[in-house]
Amino acid sequence: MSAYAGTGRLVRLAARRDRIQLPIWILASAAMMSAGTSAVASEFPTEESRITALQGAGSSPAVLVMRGVPVGSDLGALVNFRNLASILVVVALMSTFAVVRHTRQNEENGRAELIGAGAVGRHAPLTAALVLVFAANVLFGAAMTGTILAGGLAAEGALAFGAACTVTGLAFAGIAGIAAQLFQGARAANGFAASAVGVFYLIRGIGDALGERSADGLTVTPSWLSWLSPLGWGALVRPYGQERWWALALPLALFAVCVAVAFALVDRRDLGAGLIPDRPGPAHASRGLRSPLGLAWRLNKGSTIGWVVGGAVFGLGIGSLGKTVKDALGTNAGVVEMMEGLAGGGGPDLVSIFFAAMMNTYGALAAGFVIQALLRLRSEEVGGTAEAVLSTAVGRVRWVGAHVACAVVGAAVMLALAGAFTGLADAASGGDVGVLTLAGAGLAQLPAALVVAGVVVLAFGGLPRLVVGAAWGMLVLSIACGLLGDLFGLPQIVRDLSPFTHVPAIPAVDLSATPLLALTAVAVALTAAGMALFRRRDLAT
Amino acid sequence: MTHAISATGLTKAFGRSRALDGLDLTVATGEVHGLLGPNGAGKSTTIRVLLGLLRADAGQVQVLGGDPWRDAVALHRRLAYVPGDVNLWPNLTGGEAVDLFGDLRGGLDPARRKELEERFQLDPTKRCRTYSKGNRQKVALVAAFSSDVELFILDEPTSGLDPLMEAAFQQTVREVTAKGATVLLSSHIFSEVEALCSRVSIIREGVTVESGTLSELRHLTRTTITVEAGEPLTGLDGLPGVHDLEADTTRARFDVDATALPAVLAHLATFDVRALTSQPPTLEELFMRHYGKEPAPAEVSR
Repeated sequence: MSAYAGTGRLVRLAARRDRIQLPIWILASAAMMSAGTSAVASEFPTEESRITALQGAGSSPAVLVMRGVPVGSDLGALVNFRNLASILVVVALMSTFAVVRHTRQNEENGRAELIGAGAVGRHAPLTAALVLVFAANVLFGAAMTGTILAGGLAAEGALAFGAACTVTGLAFAGIAGIAAQLFQGARAANGFAASAVGVFYLIRGIGDALGERSADGLTVTPSWLSWLSPLGWGALVRPYGQERWWALALPLALFAVCVAVAFALVDRRDLGAGLIPDRPGPAHASRGLRSPLGLAWRLNKGSTIGWVVGGAVFGLGIGSLGKTVKDALGTNAGVVEMMEGLAGGGGPDLVSIFFAAMMNTYGALAAGFVIQALLRLRSEEVGGTAEAVLSTAVGRVRWVGAHVACAVVGAAVMLALAGAFTGLADAASGGDVGVLTLAGAGLAQLPAALVVAGVVVLAFGGLPRLVVGAAWGMLVLSIACGLLGDLFGLPQIVRDLSPFTHVPAIPAVDLSATPLLALTAVAVALTAAGMALFRRRDLAT
Repeated sequence: MTHAISATGLTKAFGRSRALDGLDLTVATGEVHGLLGPNGAGKSTTIRVLLGLLRADAGQVQVLGGDPWRDAVALHRRLAYVPGDVNLWPNLTGGEAVDLFGDLRGGLDPARRKELEERFQLDPTKRCRTYSKGNRQKVALVAAFSSDVELFILDEPTSGLDPLMEAAFQQTVREVTAKGATVLLSSHIFSEVEALCSRVSIIREGVTVESGTLSELRHLTRTTITVEAGEPLTGLDGLPGVHDLEADTTRARFDVDATALPAVLAHLATFDVRALTSQPPTLEELFMRHYGKEPAPAEVSR
């Protein structure tokens, strides 16, 4: 067992390092769940009100993509429908980041070398990370179960809900365990594992949207595609809808396989190395690299291409649903109303309304991209390379500006392509919304993403040590208040806080320039303020 | 004489800890100035203030005649900096990093770059993530010395280099000073400072405790004298300025304050002196004196 020597000590170290972060993930999710549970109970107190809502929602592919499938009309089933899909994403991301943080990140910055030189076994760091994440997932599941029970719902479903969260988190911990072995950088490992979350969410979403609706309209049976997604498995446990307990075994099996593969990889590679060896590179910098902008692009190139391709794939997936929407929705007046609400008003063209509703998710993706790109500013500052650049003839505004430019252009390309590919897929399945129209609709989301970018720059200038939390917190709030504000039943004044609320619902409504210009102006003001603050402060590590 | 760097009364606090507490530093144009001090004395903080990366809470500072905070970009065109802990982008090659730093500073001399790469034996095609600490320092050194600038600010630039590279470094510093450049060199390597620096500032807890040429500093401290005579040596222990006397009848070894040296030599001249050696204090001893830990006499004799 010498390969595992020191594991206990490393578990305690990891727990000590995460003593704030993991409880925040768990408690914030419990708070979200608590609010979600009581909101359902107060909004839909009667069976009839729930049936009406479900018949509308269940027939809308956009809702199925975002929320998963409805499993019944009792209170618990509605709590599942409204919360499970997003909670599963949260627990997947929590597990992913935690595993990478305690494995590859330690190797990358040299801590693992110091640890590995002690009486610590080769398997100990990964084992310690998995033990910690296992415990965090059990606590996460228990917190969900407890919160639902506190809301007065039945125990069996609450247990299934919590267990679904725990095993889904473990599955993604396993995926991250492999990613941490494959990639040399923690960013790349996190990026890979987080894109796995995104891809599986999309597969689950499309699978659910293509699912079969029951005759009474209260449940939807997901298509086979959802069975291919670990995020789908959690939902297939069906808390409060004749629980399918054996589905819990699927993520557990994936976890076991991934862990076995990860340990096999640990045995086959050197400390600090990835599986892809380094080849000699150019001895001279190309012309394109020799400026702050060239450097910023070089640093962001890999992840930008990843996001752009991801956005295009997402667009293809959503676009291919256009025909399904048309066929499914046909004549249902309740659905039209529901979809109009989601899209923020609009005309009678159902497919356009569907696409308009989905454009906000493209905007949220783009916001995620700009956050990730701009947090590079902070990691350069902490890592010391900002000091090296700023001690040359590069001013602070120019340095920040180069990174902002990369983020803005990347987001614009990503949105335009995501929209265009939506149009292509729609055209391929016989739709006629138009590639250019949808590319423009995607681009219309850019100003909202830029407001998020402005907040990141402002936080970087004013509160550098808190910028990471501020940035992702801003995104979560923007999504909760804007994209999902309608589903959560939030008052308009709260929904107006999100930049996404103000984007016109193209292609369902006509383009109106005023809100877009206003958003852009806010973004510019925030960015300028952040740059001014950065100019006035010390570099801080 | 003009000053490349002049700072007076610099203070800088991080939260409750005071990193700089009224520090003074003057570096004349064209000299190599050594900055000595133990870890945490404030050397790197001083350098970051000189680069405009930190803003001093109080005090005046001028670098090349400008304000390092306000005129940062213009000044940085005229200086090159090598940090003590060189951080590079893992996925760029060393050669790319050298070119990048050169261009961000306003251009570098390709012939000089090639010469320095050979001198420091730097393989520019390797990714920065595969470099050791010493190799990362070589990247920063090649980038800095390939630039035609007036001032080099070097923060422990050789802490990871082997003795061959140390010699290459000293050669390079002499080349740039021969062309009139100024160098501020923070270092823990006394032989390096003694070999290169014309003037030295010793700082401690954020204050300059000593500044001057090496001979000026030596003047402030003690010389070690070993003497052998044909008759018993007497009266030495009563002389002012004599310390740590070890004597048997005809031989003696002691430290003497520089100010007391003439009187002590006059006293010795009254004996039948057969052999006399005098050792000026090393920089290391000077340094140790300022930190209250004088080396034991036995250590000095080795």
